Amino acid sequence: MDQLFQQLVNGLAVGGIYALVALGYTMVYGVLKLINFAHGDLFTIGAYLGLTLFVAMGSAGTLPGFAAVLPVAVMVMGLTALLGGVLERVAYRPLRKAGRLSAVVSALGASIFFQNAVMLVWGANYEVYPEVMRPSAVIFLFDTGVPLIRLLIIGVSLLLMLTLYGFIHHTRTGTAVRAAAIDQGAAALMGINVNRIITLVFLIGAGLGGAAGIMVGMSYGQIDFSMGFSYGLKAFTAAVLGGIGNIPGAMLGGMLLGLIETLGSAYLTIAWKDAISFLVLILILIIRPTGILGERTAEKL
Amino acid sequence: MFLEVDELRAGYGPVQVLHGISLHVEKGEIVTILGANGAGKTTTLLSVSGLADITGGAVRLRGKDIHTLPADEIVARGLTQAPEGRRIFGPLSVMENLRLGAFTVKDRKAVARTLEQVFELFPRLSERRSQPAGTLSGGEQQMLAIARALMARPRLLLLDEPSLGLAPLLVKAIFETVHAINESGVTVLLVEQNARAALKLARRGYILEMGRIVMEGDAAALLADPGVQQAYLGG
Ligand SMILES: Nc1ncnc2c1ncn2[C@@H]1O[C@H](COP(=O)(O)OP(=O)(O)OP(=O)(O)O)[C@@H](O)[C@H]1O
Ligand SMILES: [Mg+2]
Repeated sequence: MDQLFQQLVNGLAVGGIYALVALGYTMVYGVLKLINFAHGDLFTIGAYLGLTLFVAMGSAGTLPGFAAVLPVAVMVMGLTALLGGVLERVAYRPLRKAGRLSAVVSALGASIFFQNAVMLVWGANYEVYPEVMRPSAVIFLFDTGVPLIRLLIIGVSLLLMLTLYGFIHHTRTGTAVRAAAIDQGAAALMGINVNRIITLVFLIGAGLGGAAGIMVGMSYGQIDFSMGFSYGLKAFTAAVLGGIGNIPGAMLGGMLLGLIETLGSAYLTIAWKDAISFLVLILILIIRPTGILGERTAEKL
Repeated sequence: MFLEVDELRAGYGPVQVLHGISLHVEKGEIVTILGANGAGKTTTLLSVSGLADITGGAVRLRGKDIHTLPADEIVARGLTQAPEGRRIFGPLSVMENLRLGAFTVKDRKAVARTLEQVFELFPRLSERRSQPAGTLSGGEQQMLAIARALMARPRLLLLDEPSLGLAPLLVKAIFETVHAINESGVTVLLVEQNARAALKLARRGYILEMGRIVMEGDAAALLADPGVQQAYLGG
């Protein structure tokens, strides 16, 4: 029982991370019908920036306190968001009318560029988040000890998701994002600047990805230049699981995938941990290619 | 001149559809464009709204070039469109569709007032305001498309086949509505398959064939023209 509860918490924490990354894939797909292969790398850059900025906030060789994590996270989200916006301008916008294959090639190129940039700046070896950033406190819930950091991650990812949901469904601009995902031409006829909406979607997706990158560093400690690939693939699976193009779908898909993977590796076999998500991906593609919430796929952003 | 289309050449990418058409609409008028399927009527309206690729000529609204502007800025200048096929946002509610129509209007009170007027014109939409637009009947969707285009308080409204696929009684209602909208001070450029009704409603008309204007004149004169009668009014 204890163990099950702990595994549930672990599953929701990693699921929250998958969900945040999945939102970037799904939102971009929603408006552009494009899979942004470089999205996982923005997440990696978020993880590295988090480490660098945190260390930089200390003075004379001493690290700042844990409280510095908050401003660091905000800065990282801003910076990765900006990078996402630049990515769209440089790699995708000039090819908007050139067909899908060009966009896919450009996306792969951008991904390779980002990975190499990370290696150039931070080196090819893994880096470790300092202890201060990873509180080891354990909280007792229902007589079971759970790491505080996991709860923190669940809470923050839920908060970010709720904020996004509220924005998309209850603001003028959010409604414009949904409209642009349904019919860009009709959205333009409403006086919506569709290019601005596309930029916004990249900013938000990349910002959330950056936040997820820090969360990985804070909960697992270790980060490396290729983490964007494995997390990216799983988040993409989560997006497909929920129904790509569908925002609540990405949230649900991420959480579900985190749970499936954690429970699966705890009770079946740990060696299969990574295979589980691929199995899930293959199964959905066979059984329900539109995902859980995606009936008419991208229409319901 | 209110709207002036001058030697316009336009199409989609490498496909040219309009080969230099000229037309104009004066303030307060209803003007109709008639033509067979594929003549280029929809392309004309999309060009004016900034959604087709313009390769030559000009479109001017109250003397200012608008063919160089992106679609959203054209809306901001008081020109809206209820496009062919309605293109309402199906998963969004009726209310959300209408609010999107007022996207360029910053004044909330003005939006609320316009909403009231639009609901007066289309009481059915008021009843169904929280329903997903995609679940409306065809006629209601057409009303929504027109209502949505009115939400920005346009001076010039483009309508692309508003009566398409509707039962005769509804067609009549839509034409009456267009008349009422025009009476309230909105200039209208109307594309229709229903040529007779369109010519009865409009002051002037243009006939488009294969991307060229082949005839223009007062609606009454076009209605009486034997050639027009044979080609567009069923003999
Ligand atoms: N998106 C597009 N890409 C390429 N060609 C197009 C496109 N849309 C329309 N066309 C072509 O442009 C021509 C004119 O089309 P348009 O839709 O303007 O005609 P229309 O007069 O509105 O016809 P209808 O009465 O059937 O609505 C047609 O030959 C059509 O095939
Ligand atoms: Mg047409």
